[in-house]
Amino acid sequence: MLKDITLGQYFPINSVVHRMDARFKIIITMLFLVMLFWGQRVTTLAAGLLFVIVATACSKIPLKMLVKSIKPIVPVLIITGLFNLLLLDGGKTYWRWHFLKLTEEGIQTSAFMIVRICLLIAGTSLLTYTTSPIVLTDAIEALLSPLKKLKMPVHELAMMMTIALRFIPTLIEETDKIMSAQKARGADLESGGLMQRVKALTPILIPLFVSAFRRAEELALAMECRCYHGGEGRTRLRVLKSGLRDYIALIFTLLMFAAVILCNIFVKF
Amino acid sequence: MPILEANNLTYTYSIGSPFEKTAVDHINLQIEQGEFVGIIGHTGSGKSTLMQMMNGLLKPTEGTVLLDGRDIWEKKADRRAVRFQVGLVFQYPEYQLFEETVYQDIAFGPKNMGLEKDEIDRRVRETAEIVGLDASLLEKSPYALSGGQKRRAAIAGVMAMEPRVLILDEPTAGLDPIGRTTILTQLREYHRRTGCTVMLVSHSMEDVAKYVSKLLVLSHAKVVCYDTPANVFARGSELESMGLALPQITRVFHELRARGMDFPEEVYTVKFGAELLKARLEGSAPVC
Repeated sequence: MLKDITLGQYFPINSVVHRMDARFKIIITMLFLVMLFWGQRVTTLAAGLLFVIVATACSKIPLKMLVKSIKPIVPVLIITGLFNLLLLDGGKTYWRWHFLKLTEEGIQTSAFMIVRICLLIAGTSLLTYTTSPIVLTDAIEALLSPLKKLKMPVHELAMMMTIALRFIPTLIEETDKIMSAQKARGADLESGGLMQRVKALTPILIPLFVSAFRRAEELALAMECRCYHGGEGRTRLRVLKSGLRDYIALIFTLLMFAAVILCNIFVKF
Repeated sequence: MPILEANNLTYTYSIGSPFEKTAVDHINLQIEQGEFVGIIGHTGSGKSTLMQMMNGLLKPTEGTVLLDGRDIWEKKADRRAVRFQVGLVFQYPEYQLFEETVYQDIAFGPKNMGLEKDEIDRRVRETAEIVGLDASLLEKSPYALSGGQKRRAAIAGVMAMEPRVLILDEPTAGLDPIGRTTILTQLREYHRRTGCTVMLVSHSMEDVAKYVSKLLVLSHAKVVCYDTPANVFARGSELESMGLALPQITRVFHELRARGMDFPEEVYTVKFGAELLKARLEGSAPVC
């Protein structure tokens, strides 16, 4: 069970969104991102918000998880907010001090920016919360497969990504174990100056590298033993299948996008 | 006063996520000074988690661990000092070797304790001898040793801190029978020589039965019993119903009892079993 956590991101429950075709989910997320940056309008953000609300409701992801995904970027939000707020020119000026100023345009842009980034993170997190990394890379491979015609090693890239993702939790677990083992021998990882701390990492990094190399070698051998020879003629255990719900979701997104574009052209506020 | 004591000890992994799991569930336990304790239980019965709480690597979700009667998570307590007193050898400890030479690796713990050079030297040589590493190996790279030697070097690294309680998490996992017996015999020797408390985690009854003075049986995050091996194996059928394999010799005698022969229930060493059979054969009673 614990081993199923990949990247600490995927939130494995059963919902409509979880069961959706990953290819569609990626396309829809891309559309959502483009839509978010389509024009400087309240309508755009309202549509984005609606999208996130509907998607969250359908995916049964607790709101808490979305908030958690936004938390790490709060500093970025504050910085972009402040920059836009204090540096932008335009509209009515409320206050001015040297190069800092508070203008109508500044307030509006900074508010828009913050909401937009929040929506952006929430929307993309929903993709990773509802799709396991392995399926995600499969979908990316499928979407990029036209590039094979241009001699791009799409399968190899996807396989590398899959392997990298697969081993992140393993390496985290391993690091954890080695750290505990060295701590049990009195390694001090928490105190001292920068140099001391860097030095204190040696007992962790060396065993970690050794085991990573060992694992890579074993994996290569195991793959060869099972006659892995690249993507040519390879079939899949989990075939990506699209169904009615995927088309409905796509049409919903497209309609929303169309509405946003129309609002941008015809509505003036 | 017991040297190590667990009160209501509980540990829950990933609280609040779908992966939430209680690995140790309100365990009470008292380990006396000088005891040789064997800890058995299935994979996932909470053995490793319990051991990591004993030396303060994991903070209990609930309950306390007392070392010499003092809570190791007390505000002012020095957890590093606790780890020097309660030495923990992890599973597959050879993966933590990192120094250039075996000598330096064994010296890592004592060096962290801030000991004098002479004292470190004495400890390294002494522990290397206990685990049967030849002095000529000490100047080699740990990566040049064989699997069994690596394992013993890693165990020596913890022994060299001269902890008052030595905990070993499956020290024989993945070794061949000779390697297994070597390490277990050396451990018994170490216990005899130093008089330290030793706790040996294993999932093989066979391994622990011969060596330990007390047995702790864990199942589903709880303590099933903590008693002398004789008393534990007297409850053989109960252990088997939990899916724990009894030592071969115990199984043989259970089978004999089932066929109506009058033998005691707690036969768990081949030696004792042989004596019983011999007495029976020399006596007048027919064997079957």
